Amino acid sequence: MKHIITLNKKNLKKTAAKGGCGECQTSCQSACKTSCTVANQKCEK
Amino acid sequence: MIHKYTLGGINIVLDINSGGVHIVDELTFAILDYIRPPLSEKCPDNVVMALKDDYREEEIERAYSELYELYKGDSLFSSDDYRQFAADEAVLNAPVKAMCLHVAHDCNLRCSYCFASTGDFGSGRRIMDLETGKRAIDYLLENSGNRRNLELDFFGGEPLMNFDVVKEIVKYAREREKAYGKNFRFTITTNGVLLSDDKIDFINKEMSNIVLSIDGRKSVNDRIRTCIDGSGSYDIIMKKFKNLAKKRGDKEYYVRGTFTKYNLDFADDVLHLYDEGFDQISIEPAVCDEEMDWAITAEDLPTIFAEYERLADEILRIRRKGEHINFFHFMIDLGQGPCAIKRLRGCGCGNEYIAVTPEGDIYPCHQFVGMEEWKMGSLDGGNLDTQKKKYFAAANLYNKEGCSDCWAKFYCSGGCNANNQIYAGDVLKPHSLACEMQKKRIECAIMVKAAMALSE
Repeated sequence: MKHIITLNKKNLKKTAAKGGCGECQTSCQSACKTSCTVANQKCEK
Repeated sequence: MIHKYTLGGINIVLDINSGGVHIVDELTFAILDYIRPPLSEKCPDNVVMALKDDYREEEIERAYSELYELYKGDSLFSSDDYRQFAADEAVLNAPVKAMCLHVAHDCNLRCSYCFASTGDFGSGRRIMDLETGKRAIDYLLENSGNRRNLELDFFGGEPLMNFDVVKEIVKYAREREKAYGKNFRFTITTNGVLLSDDKIDFINKEMSNIVLSIDGRKSVNDRIRTCIDGSGSYDIIMKKFKNLAKKRGDKEYYVRGTFTKYNLDFADDVLHLYDEGFDQISIEPAVCDEEMDWAITAEDLPTIFAEYERLADEILRIRRKGEHINFFHFMIDLGQGPCAIKRLRGCGCGNEYIAVTPEGDIYPCHQFVGMEEWKMGSLDGGNLDTQKKKYFAAANLYNKEGCSDCWAKFYCSGGCNANNQIYAGDVLKPHSLACEMQKKRIECAIMVKAAMALSE
């Protein structure tokens, strides 16, 4: 594409059906103890 | 839903429901002002009419056709199909798998902004005994269902004030985890005053992450983070943190600070910590009574936004030199981030994450500790308050005021439940000030990713 560069190839929708395993880190256990950021956590799969 | 913005000279378009992140040129950015789904294959006449004075007609049509390809591929104007998962039984009945263990409701610092009332959470200075710590381990082992990875953060007050118990709890957990098929991941959040070589060696061996509290520059840190005698803590802790980070090698840690109205130039604190040799850094806005002198207020937002932008530029400058710096709130993994289900339910407090006090009382998270009305039970009392657990389990994006229509929803996941309660008086009402800062951080984080991608 000439006018658009897409940075991510993965569609979030594809993660829904098999997601929710619950093994990933709770966000407050990383470095935020007074705010919530979830998108910066890693998937364990 | 899309969100488009320009930052650092880059035009960025986020497709919220697919997670799509697109860098576009000026023409394509402009076209998006004139189109709404459903899109037709042919470029609408109103688009050509609106832009023909500035662009050639065939160029407008080519750019539109690229947008249409994204639309057909479900990564532009994609629909929100996730509501069905929010009420999923597996989410609502999630087992408890993460715990903030308050091994000491006491502290050897007197930080003026402390949400824990300088360590005792307003309920008297106490430390946890080993038996309570062991019961906390047993509680996680027995209530974590099929979750294999269990997280336990040693927290306070100041956990190093009860370090012998910390060591014994870790030993006990390691003895028990195999029999249950579990894997404990320990972390510790410390002010560093009591760090010594033997403690550092133990922490570096056993803890998967460490949060080291320091606010940045000496003048900034010492204004708020004072010792009991009122003197500053910087000179005590800085050398100890450096020693720990040096000994830790590649393992994860964060130097973590808080910024207040006193240091709205907090990018300089991040850079100070970087200059002192730390490359994993978190600086967060203070959570405190809005009446306090240091409280961040709405009038500070333009300054804070500009500061986040400055920080993003500085981080780019460092990375372009081939050096490593990681700012926690600009971390974003566009390829392998959390699944949609995780993003619906956020931090999981009161549902899969709980806090336990020195007495063994259970609260939804560390920030709720001391709010008696939010107590969920105790280690001695068997099951959690199921009504409260259900309440927090249902605190997802679709039940929080304004979240389902917000472009940032799948990045922030509805914000911090405790902040919502503290500021807005309701877990389900996001704190608008926090929302605005969060959105700015997300924009900056994605801009940094985009800029690095363009320079590769």
